Amino acid sequence: MLVDIKNLRIAFTSRGKRFEAVRGISLSLGREKLGIVGESGSGKSLTARALMKLLPKTAEVTADTLRYDDVDVLKASERQMRKIRGGRVGFVLQDPKYSLNPVKTIGSQVDEAWREHKRGSAREAREATLDLLDQVMIRDPKKVYASYPHEVSGGMGQRAMIAMALAPNPELLIADEPTSALDATVQAEILRLINDLVEKRGMGLILISHDLPLVSHFCDRVCVMYSGQIMEEMAASDLMNAQHPYTRGLLNCMPSLMHPRDRLPVLTREDSWQEETAR
Amino acid sequence: MSDRMIEVEDLRISFSSAEVVKGVSFEVDRGETFGIVGESGSGKSTVLRAMSGLNENWDGRILFNGEAVPKRRSREFFRKVQMVFQDPFGSLHPRQTIDRILSEILLVNRIGDIDRRINKVLADVALPRTSRFRYPHQLSGGQRQRVAIARALIAEPKVLLLDEPTSALDVSVQAEVLNLLADLREEHGLTYVMVSHNLAVISHLCGRVGVMQHGHMVEQVSVEDLRAGNVSHPHTQELRRLSVGLEDLQDA
Repeated sequence: MLVDIKNLRIAFTSRGKRFEAVRGISLSLGREKLGIVGESGSGKSLTARALMKLLPKTAEVTADTLRYDDVDVLKASERQMRKIRGGRVGFVLQDPKYSLNPVKTIGSQVDEAWREHKRGSAREAREATLDLLDQVMIRDPKKVYASYPHEVSGGMGQRAMIAMALAPNPELLIADEPTSALDATVQAEILRLINDLVEKRGMGLILISHDLPLVSHFCDRVCVMYSGQIMEEMAASDLMNAQHPYTRGLLNCMPSLMHPRDRLPVLTREDSWQEETAR
Repeated sequence: MSDRMIEVEDLRISFSSAEVVKGVSFEVDRGETFGIVGESGSGKSTVLRAMSGLNENWDGRILFNGEAVPKRRSREFFRKVQMVFQDPFGSLHPRQTIDRILSEILLVNRIGDIDRRINKVLADVALPRTSRFRYPHQLSGGQRQRVAIARALIAEPKVLLLDEPTSALDVSVQAEVLNLLADLREEHGLTYVMVSHNLAVISHLCGRVGVMQHGHMVEQVSVEDLRAGNVSHPHTQELRRLSVGLEDLQDA
C-alpha cells in the first residue's frame, strides 16, 4: 500500500478560535487512480499537503496513521521528506503561470528536478529532459527547453510541469486541480496525457478536482469531500448511482448543453452533513 | 423604438502592433441574452471591455439603443450599461464595506434615496441585510459575486455585460448565480451579453451564441441549432463535441 491515512485531522487557530478544517479522514491507496472531489474549502488540498508534510507550521496535524509506503510522515524528518517530495511523489499544481519559476527556462527547471534526485551530469540531465518533454507530447522539445514560462501557452506550461513531476520517476503523482486554469480543449488533452503516463509507468494517482464527472472519467475510485469529511467513497463507474444527497446535488446542479432546464436545482445543504461521523 | 439594444459593427482592437479583434459584428435584441464563447486569447473579453468603455482604443461602431457611442463614454452611459467581472475576489475593494461599494455609483451619478436602493438591491440578489456593513473578505465567493451583481444593478441599467460571471465559483454556487441572473433578467427586462468558455453555462442562459477564434467571430448560432448540432465551423464543432463528450460521461 502506498498511502495509508487513518483519522487525519487538521486544525488552525486564528484569533484564539480553533477551527478544524479536516475532521477524521481515512483513506488508502495502492497503485491505482483515486479522485478526491469537493467544493472549495472542503479540505481536499489540505489532505494531500498533509501527506507531503507541506502545511504551514500553524496547522495542527494529528492522525492515528499517516504513512507513505514505509515512512511515518508524522515522525519523518525534513531530510526524509525531501526524498519523498519530488522524488517518490510528483506534484502537479493548478496554474503553470504561478508554479513555474518565471526567470528560469523550462529546460533548466526540468533539469534541476532530474538532477536533484538522479544525480547526473548536466549533459545527462539535458538528454533526460528532452526525452521527458517528448513524452509529454511537446512537439518541439528543443524549442520549449530554451523557452521561459511566459513564452509558452498554459497547456504547454502544464505539460512542462508534468515533465518536471515525472523526471525522478515517482511512484505516485498528486495532481491538484491540474486543468482548472486551462481551456476546455486543452483540459481533455492534459488529463488524457496524465492518464496515459500513469498507466504506462504503473504509478498511483491522486487527482484532486471540483469537477465530478471529469474525475470519475479518469479515476478508479472517487472520494467526495464536504466540510472536512469524506461523505461518500465509491468506484468511479458507480458515480452516477451515488447515494449521498450531497453527491447527487452536485451532479444535479450542473448546467447541460443537451438537456436544457429552465431553472437549475440548487443544492440544499443539510445540517446532518456537518455532523462528525469519524469519532 | 427599434428592437435592437446593441449593435456592434466591424469592431477592431489592437494592442500596439498586434490586432486581437479583427472585425467582429453582432446584434442583440432588447431582452435577449447573447453569449460569446472561445478559448483564452480569442478576444472575447476584449470585445466586452471595448463595449463597456473600459478600453477606448478600438475602431468600428458600437451602438446601444440605436445610438453610436463615443470612445469616451458619458456618465449617463454607465447608468445604462454595467459590467460584472469574473473574479469576485479581485473586483471588490477590500477596504470598503458593501454599503460603501454599492453607494459609490449612486453618489457619482447624484442619485438620491441611497438607503432604500441599497436595501432593495440586496434583497434583489438575495443577500441578507446584515451583509450591508460587512467587508468583502467576510463573505463567501458566491455572496461576493452577488455583491458584484448588486453593484451593477443598483443604478438600474438596461444592459449587463457579464465576463465569466461563474467560472471562479463552485458548481453548486454557480447554479444559484445562474438562477439569480435568469430571475433578474425577467424582473428588470435586462439585456445580457455573456462571455464564457463553458458551453453548457452559455447555453443555459443565452438564446444565441457567437463563437470566437483568433479574433474573429467565426460563427453565430441559436442555442437550439447548437444543441441539435447544426453548426458549420470546425471550431464550433470541436467545442460542441468536447461539451457533449463530458455530458455523455454523466449520462452513461
